[in-house]
Amino acid sequence: MSRSVRTRSLVDRAVTVLCVAATALAIVPLFSVLYYVAARGLGGVNLAFFTELPAPVGEVGGGAANAIIGSLELVGLACLIGIPPGILAGVYLAEYGNSKLGQLVRFSADVMAGVPSITVGLFVYSLVVLSTGHFSAYAGGLALAIIMLPTVTRTTEELLRLVPEALREAALGLGVAKWRTTVSILLRTALPGVATGVMLAIARVFGETAPLLFTSFSNRYWAESLNEPTASLPVQIFTYAVSPYEDWHRQAWAAALLLVVFILVLNVSARLLVRPRV
Amino acid sequence: MTAVSTEFPPSQGQVSSRRPPSQVNWGDRAFKVTTAGFAILIIVTIAAMALEMLTASKLSLREFGWRFLTSTDWNPVVGTFGALPFIYGTVVSSLLALALAVPVSIAVAMFLSEMAPPQLRGPLAFAVELLAAVPSVVYGLWGIFALAPLMRDHVEPALRAIFGFLPFFQGPNQGFGLLTGSMVLAIMITPTITSVSREVFRAIPRTFREAALALGATRWESIRTGVLPVARPGLVGAAILGLGRALGETMAVTMLIGNRPEISASLFAPSYTMASVIANEFTEATEDLYLAALAEIGLLLFAVTILLNLVARLLVWRVAGTTSGGRA
Repeated sequence: MSRSVRTRSLVDRAVTVLCVAATALAIVPLFSVLYYVAARGLGGVNLAFFTELPAPVGEVGGGAANAIIGSLELVGLACLIGIPPGILAGVYLAEYGNSKLGQLVRFSADVMAGVPSITVGLFVYSLVVLSTGHFSAYAGGLALAIIMLPTVTRTTEELLRLVPEALREAALGLGVAKWRTTVSILLRTALPGVATGVMLAIARVFGETAPLLFTSFSNRYWAESLNEPTASLPVQIFTYAVSPYEDWHRQAWAAALLLVVFILVLNVSARLLVRPRV
Repeated sequence: MTAVSTEFPPSQGQVSSRRPPSQVNWGDRAFKVTTAGFAILIIVTIAAMALEMLTASKLSLREFGWRFLTSTDWNPVVGTFGALPFIYGTVVSSLLALALAVPVSIAVAMFLSEMAPPQLRGPLAFAVELLAAVPSVVYGLWGIFALAPLMRDHVEPALRAIFGFLPFFQGPNQGFGLLTGSMVLAIMITPTITSVSREVFRAIPRTFREAALALGATRWESIRTGVLPVARPGLVGAAILGLGRALGETMAVTMLIGNRPEISASLFAPSYTMASVIANEFTEATEDLYLAALAEIGLLLFAVTILLNLVARLLVWRVAGTTSGGRA
């Protein structure tokens, strides 16, 4: 170290400034996206947007009522299909996961989390859509559930492992069966954390588009049942954004605003929920 | 004394291996079997995915063989399919995104875990995480109306003015192309790389920094000598996880990259990625061979991302030692 103290502290200062600049740079897009979505989306939100079906191609007006309901249906289905298995698999990993099988499951869950969502769409297409012969909300819900599954599993495992060992020992010491201990003591203690993880998983799939393109597809009318092609907000945004119509752009921004608000609310409340405990 | 303890009835909650076989707790047994069943479901799903994709692409695998990867001829009308333009578009856009995102993400992670005042860390980290929460399709929408015009009117002319002698920065600036696609990818993978890098930094003991500080090092010197060398494999892992995410990213890229299956040296030129071609053409494809070719692209994407995730996780575990790696 032959350099003088002055240059060394200057270099130190410079690196700090660079890191601050990088952080600012990384956050700029977030604010830009939020600004655009708010500024352009608010102009597109009106009563018709929430209550009406899309207007015929080329006509001004209409809404996204079917897409809003469709999105809720799809995410609801995904929760029904994805959350219970996810939590149970997570319990297995936390309770019996130090086995060979546990390692393999953990590894598979990690792999699954890294699979591109579009390939999940392809998978569900050939599994469900090809065999039933048509697009449906069921297929879309299944695709979203597959995307949720690894997150829910790993979150459940991590949070169960955080529960103090003393709680388990106290219950076992009182003669409570192991499964009762896990369900009534450990899972209950970990519940707020697990709920947070589930909320974040829901927030994520709410905006997923790629896996829905060839599973639930889209629909310009009300779907009569869950067994039919179903509109959803993300697919609607995609279709409208790449269309040449001015009025569709307006509705794309409105739909984006709705989506972003919903996701932000989920993320912020997940954060508030978890803060007092950890 | 020992006699007393044997008078207690055997506890319900004892470890089953110590229990005489006649007193198996069926509740526990059923519980274990049930949860194990759902755990195995995850393995089955992944295996089914691999198998299904393989079957779906069989026709194309048999028809084109390795030629599929090297041919640039993608012509659904005559039924010839070569995936090279998509592989090129995917690899170049992802690597470019990585080159843009890695320095920024590591600097952010370094700032958040080593330098920022404690009361700033939480909110800033949350803001970076929110970047990951914004849906891909919203980035695409924003890209079409905000990023692409910005690139077309300001960034691309500026790049041409400075680096115009290079073939990468020639040709008309259209806003929609490889460079814009890479920009949006870079934004989207920044949170992934940042959060995994933070985890890596956090796993390095305080003493490593303190040892350097005690010898009179400045903060940067302590990071450079005490933290970065240890963190390196983990940071490489973080970058690879980011790459894995970039490769499979679909919507935002599809909306911004221009969607033309051509290989051009210019970064301003439109391109096409593997995920995008699936998203755009799958519902239109009616021929069996066409569908199989698209499925083979999906299979390729699936295999590559699994491989990358594998390598990345091994690298991150080497440093951070936990099983928690970041979400890809």
